[in-house]
Amino acid sequence: MPKRPKSPESDHPKVKGGPEESGRKQGGLGRRDFVKLVGGTGVAVTAGVLTKEVLLPAESNAQAAAGRRGIGPGPVNITLRVNGEDKDVAVEPRVTLLDVLRDRLHLTGAKKVCDRGTCGACTVIVSGKAIYSCTMLAIDAADSSADILTIEGLAPEGQLHAVSAAFVDNDAQQCGFCTPGFVMACKAYLDAQPNPTYEQVKAALGGNLCRCGTYVGVRKAVLDAAMRMKGGRS
Amino acid sequence: MADYRWPEAGKRSLIGKRISRLDGPVKSSGRVKYTYDVDRPNMLYGKMVLSPYAQATIKSIDTSAAEKMPGVKAVQVMREPGAGILWAGQEVVAVAAETEEQARDAARRVVVNYEKLPHLVRDVEPAKAGDRAKPAAEQTEGDPDKAFQEAEVTVEGQYGCPVITHCCLEAHGQATEWEGDNLTVWASTQNVSGIGGEFASGLKIPAGNVRTLTPVMGGGFGSKFGADTWGLACAQLAKKAGRPVKMMLERDHELMVAGARPSIHAKVRVGAQKDGTITAWSSESWGTGGMGTGGSPRLPYVFRIPNQRKRHTAVLTNIGPARAWRAPNHPQLCLITMAALEDLAARLGIDPVEMFLKNIGMTGELSKVYAAELQKAAELIEWQKKWHPRGDKAPGVIKRGLGISLHTWGGGGHPSNCACAIHPDGSVEVSLGSQDLGTGTRTIIAIIAAETLGLPLEAVKVNIGDSHYPQSGGSGGSTTVGGVSASTRRATTNALNELLAKAAPSLGVENDQLEAVGGRIQVKGNPSKGMSWKQACAKLGTTLINATGQTSITTPTGPSARDLISSGVGGVQIAEVAVDIETGVVKLEKLVAVQDCGLIIDLKTAESQVYGGCIMGVCYALYEEKIMDEQTGRCLNPDMEFYKLAGIADIGELVVHMMTGPGYDERGVIGLGEPPVISSGAAISNAVANAIGVRVPTLPLTPDKVLAALEKGGAA
Repeated sequence: MPKRPKSPESDHPKVKGGPEESGRKQGGLGRRDFVKLVGGTGVAVTAGVLTKEVLLPAESNAQAAAGRRGIGPGPVNITLRVNGEDKDVAVEPRVTLLDVLRDRLHLTGAKKVCDRGTCGACTVIVSGKAIYSCTMLAIDAADSSADILTIEGLAPEGQLHAVSAAFVDNDAQQCGFCTPGFVMACKAYLDAQPNPTYEQVKAALGGNLCRCGTYVGVRKAVLDAAMRMKGGRS
Repeated sequence: MADYRWPEAGKRSLIGKRISRLDGPVKSSGRVKYTYDVDRPNMLYGKMVLSPYAQATIKSIDTSAAEKMPGVKAVQVMREPGAGILWAGQEVVAVAAETEEQARDAARRVVVNYEKLPHLVRDVEPAKAGDRAKPAAEQTEGDPDKAFQEAEVTVEGQYGCPVITHCCLEAHGQATEWEGDNLTVWASTQNVSGIGGEFASGLKIPAGNVRTLTPVMGGGFGSKFGADTWGLACAQLAKKAGRPVKMMLERDHELMVAGARPSIHAKVRVGAQKDGTITAWSSESWGTGGMGTGGSPRLPYVFRIPNQRKRHTAVLTNIGPARAWRAPNHPQLCLITMAALEDLAARLGIDPVEMFLKNIGMTGELSKVYAAELQKAAELIEWQKKWHPRGDKAPGVIKRGLGISLHTWGGGGHPSNCACAIHPDGSVEVSLGSQDLGTGTRTIIAIIAAETLGLPLEAVKVNIGDSHYPQSGGSGGSTTVGGVSASTRRATTNALNELLAKAAPSLGVENDQLEAVGGRIQVKGNPSKGMSWKQACAKLGTTLINATGQTSITTPTGPSARDLISSGVGGVQIAEVAVDIETGVVKLEKLVAVQDCGLIIDLKTAESQVYGGCIMGVCYALYEEKIMDEQTGRCLNPDMEFYKLAGIADIGELVVHMMTGPGYDERGVIGLGEPPVISSGAAISNAVANAIGVRVPTLPLTPDKVLAALEKGGAA
């Protein structure tokens, strides 16, 4: 069986609003580290948020102690940047990016199939990288540097992105439930490797599973999409 | 009497061409809404409490804590105290809450006490199964005892396939919404016209009060025909809460209970003459399909060996219910038969192509089809160049081999009613209640309607997947394309004839002298004398044409029928594998599939069906097994990491060849869903035996089994 890519390490989260705001960050990142990170690496954040974060070290000890309780388990207000738009949602920290996209933002292109980082049906692109949105917590995606691209963001409704069009023409879909994940994985793959050979394509997209058996069409579609994207037809 | 026959080959503008599926764009852009994607105003999420025990009696259920959990709006007991549990994962209680997370939390607070009972979850040999072994009556044909006595060669072997699951990517489930006593069900179902009745009787409402909607669905493969316990519970939750509820199975639940393909194991003896003529068959088979006994499997498969003795025993187990799995029973019977016959060829030192051809008469009516397909498949895999006797003698640890399998399937057409409306503005709607599982049903309906009406494909609106459309069959057994293509052809022909009758007077001809071609209604043989489709439709005034067409159970479907549809196909597959004898890893290099399916409506989606069947075949040949733990009675791999499917890198090169044209087209349309999945497992198993010189007796052909077989004695 092919090795399947795992989702990336959690990016540094930015959790806004409520008493949890000043809390300990996911992944063991303390607030001081976070501020250092923001200041030291120039991570792009909005001015308002930056101000709040910069103020953190000046908080009282009591506030800091309260902050160490951590976030959750109740809903947390976060902002996700999805398809170029900021979306405010209140979610429990345990909720995955996939569930937020589907159940709160009504972006149902990403599908819930294995819900455990195996099948790729939930693939979205976060800051240029294909990830399994079922293995990323929404709060971990709530970083203004995390640009979340879902299949709905590939092309306006009624229009087809080059990759989607290649999937249609090469019949790279049957029931279609795995297809949005394949399309997003294909997009990320071709962004990184615009000139794949057929030998490469035979094993590319090994992180996605199809039950109907559309892999032959998918291989053709990946090559076709590469040509279309180079032709500027995307 | 209207002439419904398919147009002659030279007159087909759409039928048989490569046409992209019509719902492709909405699927590949992620815009189409599946059942799993349904989002109704104020919708709640349902979750179920499952039995952890494989066999038990429910002693008590306490839902009080769950009812007090945040967001909970309804709780429904699905199995009352006192009821039995027959498999781990059987549903006991359902809860509905504002969010999925809240529903899951609440389900965890339900307290169920069970009296645990002894279980059996393995398909052990009948002798070890005690009173769970249910033998069927012995079946004999000819004189097997005499035939075995007289056989010059007898081979024995044991072969088997484990229980596998359907693993539809869209889990089973539905969303339900009440309006008074009327229920709307968005269901992931293969049976849009059929499940309403089940909901109605389960909920004690009139059948007409239920509307089922399935515009698209994410895979069924035979497992989605019923309303299911979770369907009724979902509707009950929605009733109690007074709000819509969506309840989809979680992946572990899906793999534990929502479909098991029965296992079959068999000890087989085959008798033959030294020249390869097969004379006798005997098999002692057993397998499990859960608590059902099924019937006697029809062994041997495809080859009607003249003298046979067969005994089959069903072993009742607590693995969950069996459901029809793409070509029910055929892949298992195919493996057992084709493996035994190739083992015979190996013993005799005969090229298996030669041996199958020698005995091809035993395949009956399809023998000429099989002979042609065998030769075509051998040519496409370069059999003459690549085949070697059993056991690759080449140096190195990678051993190569080829293996063959033959298969058959029925088809025919399910009952189907189709309505064709031609509106005065020229627009056309074709409506029927069947569904498109991803096979291309929507597309072939449009092709047939457009072909019949002489219109471009985009001029026809296809309405399917809604129980308010005319009743049309469930999608099982490769009967959908037959059912809907015949009803669509009849409905659209009837509608066209009404339109021709309206147009004829102004053209001064009888309506039977008119034809619909290229968007025009014109006089046959005199294309300049006619009018545009729109002009003809304008003559309808304010009254639209609403014609119907049927496919019924009396529609002739025999292999020799010369009607719109037919049944009975043959297919041949040859696999080429490379086996690493140090690691035991089997790699499929190439699989050639040669398939007949009568008249092809859409060559593109037809080929996709065959590719898809082969890939599902690779999955069960090399990876799939529902692994049960006898100690706990539970499934050990109810997730997609350990319930393995083939990935894109695992399928080698697939070559599909459709038998079309004269001799095939005349048979009419025959379904293609089941046939291509049947042979792949047997062909791959035979190829592995040819490569390593020894039979790996059971699927899937995992490294451990390959190494164990080599240890027992391979030629490698």
